[in-house]
Amino acid sequence: MSALLELQSLSVAIGKVALLDGIALTVERGQILGLVGESGSGKSLTAMAAMGLLPLIGGRVTAGAVRFDGQDMAAMTEVQRRRLRGGRIGFVTQNPMTALDPVQRIGAQVDVVSRLHLGLSRDEARARTLDLLTQLRIPEAETVAEAWPHQLSGGMKQRIVIAMALAGDPDLIIADEPTTALDVTVQAQIIHILGHLVRDRGVSLLLITHDMSVVAQVCDRVAVLYAGRVAEEGPVGPIFAAPAHPYTAALIGCIPQAGMAKGSLTGIPGAVPSAMTFPEGCRFHPRCPRASQACRASPPPILSRGEGRVACHHPEVSA
Amino acid sequence: MTAPLRAFRRPQGGLAGGWLILVIAAALAAPLLTPYAYDVQNLPQAYQPASARHWLGTDEFGRDLLTRLIYGARTSLSVSATAISISVLCGMVLGAAAAWFGGWLDRAVTMVVDLSWSFPEILIALILVAIIGPGTIGVMIAIAVAYIAQFTRLTRAQILTLKGETFIEAARSLGAGHAHILFRHLLPNALAPVLVSAMLATGDAIILEATLGFFGLGAQPPVPSWGGMMSAGSALVFKAPWVIIFPGLAVAVTVVAINLYGDALIAELDIRSRLRREA
Amino acid sequence: MLSWLIKRLLMLVPVFLAVSVVIFSILHFIPGDPIDNLLKIGSSPEARAEMEARYGLDRPLPVQYLIWLSNVLQGDLGTAIVARRPVADLIAQALPHSLRLGGLALLFSTVVGVTLGVVAALSRDRWPDRAIMGGVLVGSTMPSFWLGLILILIFSVGLGWFPVSGARGWQSLVLPVLTIGLGGTALVARITRVSMIEAAGRDFVTLLHAKGLSPLRIQLRHVLRHALIPVVTILALRIGWILGGAVTVEVVFARPGLGTLLIKSLSQHDYPVVQACLLMLAMAVMLGTLMGDILQALMDPRVRAAMT
Repeated sequence: MSALLELQSLSVAIGKVALLDGIALTVERGQILGLVGESGSGKSLTAMAAMGLLPLIGGRVTAGAVRFDGQDMAAMTEVQRRRLRGGRIGFVTQNPMTALDPVQRIGAQVDVVSRLHLGLSRDEARARTLDLLTQLRIPEAETVAEAWPHQLSGGMKQRIVIAMALAGDPDLIIADEPTTALDVTVQAQIIHILGHLVRDRGVSLLLITHDMSVVAQVCDRVAVLYAGRVAEEGPVGPIFAAPAHPYTAALIGCIPQAGMAKGSLTGIPGAVPSAMTFPEGCRFHPRCPRASQACRASPPPILSRGEGRVACHHPEVSA
Repeated sequence: MTAPLRAFRRPQGGLAGGWLILVIAAALAAPLLTPYAYDVQNLPQAYQPASARHWLGTDEFGRDLLTRLIYGARTSLSVSATAISISVLCGMVLGAAAAWFGGWLDRAVTMVVDLSWSFPEILIALILVAIIGPGTIGVMIAIAVAYIAQFTRLTRAQILTLKGETFIEAARSLGAGHAHILFRHLLPNALAPVLVSAMLATGDAIILEATLGFFGLGAQPPVPSWGGMMSAGSALVFKAPWVIIFPGLAVAVTVVAINLYGDALIAELDIRSRLRREA
Repeated sequence: MLSWLIKRLLMLVPVFLAVSVVIFSILHFIPGDPIDNLLKIGSSPEARAEMEARYGLDRPLPVQYLIWLSNVLQGDLGTAIVARRPVADLIAQALPHSLRLGGLALLFSTVVGVTLGVVAALSRDRWPDRAIMGGVLVGSTMPSFWLGLILILIFSVGLGWFPVSGARGWQSLVLPVLTIGLGGTALVARITRVSMIEAAGRDFVTLLHAKGLSPLRIQLRHVLRHALIPVVTILALRIGWILGGAVTVEVVFARPGLGTLLIKSLSQHDYPVVQACLLMLAMAVMLGTLMGDILQALMDPRVRAAMT
């Protein structure tokens, strides 16, 4: 059986600027894949590509393909893709504050998904909405359904967005930094709820985040994105135990851990280059402690490593 | 100041700018361009349609329409441009003072501006012409006053934005006086959007001038103005429609040209966001 | 909501007073004495004084203002000096014509303008958009009296479909409504297009696409709803412009109405009538703004929340 979502050497450009370069990712059924990277690495663009929504932001696929359940999304009609969106693929956006239509009541915004994709009647859809809100631990679901978006807090709005993603009974949820815009205390709750609901239903999740600790908590596999390319990909356990790519190692070094000496938080010097000025060779080399002549000259080879792979001229050899 | 020239390189800007130059040149060189006088009546020749002798025909008094159109451009353009210059000057002073000094002055200016802004310019101008009396000067003043609110508003908004910027605070902390900061720093920076919107307003003023002329309140006969040429109104629609059609076309084409050239200029100066033409 | 409405109405009182002072005092600067128009040439100074006393023109200005204001508030707009009839009668005769014309023109420009704006926004930068925006530019640069004359030329003189002037039957309304409406249409189409494009770029629209709604439904049910909020606000502020357009167009088509009355009274220096006309227009502008606020509140729950 084919993987649920597969990005096959996907390259994406907006205008003349190439932003994603040969991204290969696989999300298996029931699996949670964490997609990690700093801002500007192309995470959100990957999400838009997987949703087939690139035209909205003026982007297009220049090479490779997105396959959902074995089918090439580029070969589908727009109507078929629309049936996937909201139906088999749910989407959770980055900023819940601006994600809801401010002039429509909460309930109606959730109802529409199950009416559209599951063919439910108005009443059935509302019953399903209330049920979902309750599962998301929203108190007084009926009151909330009648409320306007501006009456809810950020955390509450993000639960509504998650409810909308679940309402179409999806096989896959793509969550683009679902907690970045929220308070720290609320972040943990939302991740917790999302993780549980996904596991309980056997739904796959593509969780985009810049927070390695979130990945460690909920994901099965992790893919690290740097400047539009996958640096390292594999099961969470081995990668956290022994990251092969220096960038992964640096990202993991950014998680504060109990018992860590003060000041040992390894920040990564520098920033992700902009797409106009991607360096030659390995795009990480200007920030890399292990950079050599080879790194400056040619893109790194993709090496397989256990169940994962790494794109590096000088990967850390695990014991 | 190369932006006005660069605007010509855009296709629409070039075409529109070309027309404007043509109209202005024709207005300036009027006596050289036409063998006819604008004011000599020739009743036997009245209501002639277009012909080789009278390219656009003649009016109810047998005067050559093209000649009157060219001389009319003098009146219409100079009245509108002068009027708008006056309102730009007054508006900039009022707007800058209101924004810079704030307090009761700002509140008073804002209230008057808001109040007059909700009345159409044509009404304000009509009443003012009634007070001052018809004629070129009356129309000029009426148009000038009718547009002061717009420039006061725009200048005030520009200055308020600039006021908070670092270089102004720096000048202030160096002990620069009110007048120095206003005239050396704030107004020059607010100038581009104000001048561009002044240009666009000149287009509106040409329409307003024509409307007042149509009501018989503008330049008094026999001096032609585009609006005045149409004041015979619906009576002529049956008999000699060209007398109505051509002056109106001249107004419409010129105003379209001003808008297109203005758009090209806005694009060149990259000030669309600062302008936000209050639709 | 009710208390907000009352507060909002109370706020109109000082505005009304300010407007009334302006209207009253401006007109006393108008040169030309209406009494001159009434008196026979060579009348005695006594006859003049008697006439001035009859119309209250011999009192100090502030007193004249207060008398005028208190009369106005009681619905007494004075007596027309030239027509020698109660101004209220003249207004009552003219107002329905102008309201009908203005209302229909407003309706026309809203419906047609929003439609064109939506089509332009949906076909952004392609030929329908360019064609519509080109037409809008041309439409907004034609003097309305000229447009009226051209319409008369084509449809009345040329095709004979509609009467040239007057106010008899619905046929006489078609051309005047078109004349005012086309200018308004240009304005509405431009705002609708811009705010549709602006609203379509908002975050929540991305999520609507991600929910699998059809683009047309997203544009018409969600984006357009947002785009209409500024359209309504600006239209309400521009009620005055529509009425201003009515003034010129009424004259072109020789229709009875506030505009014709105003122009005629201005040239006859008939103060009380001019004052009343301006006051009516000012009230229309104020009510327009109020209506705009109310409509905005009905369309946007966030505004409603801010009201209480």
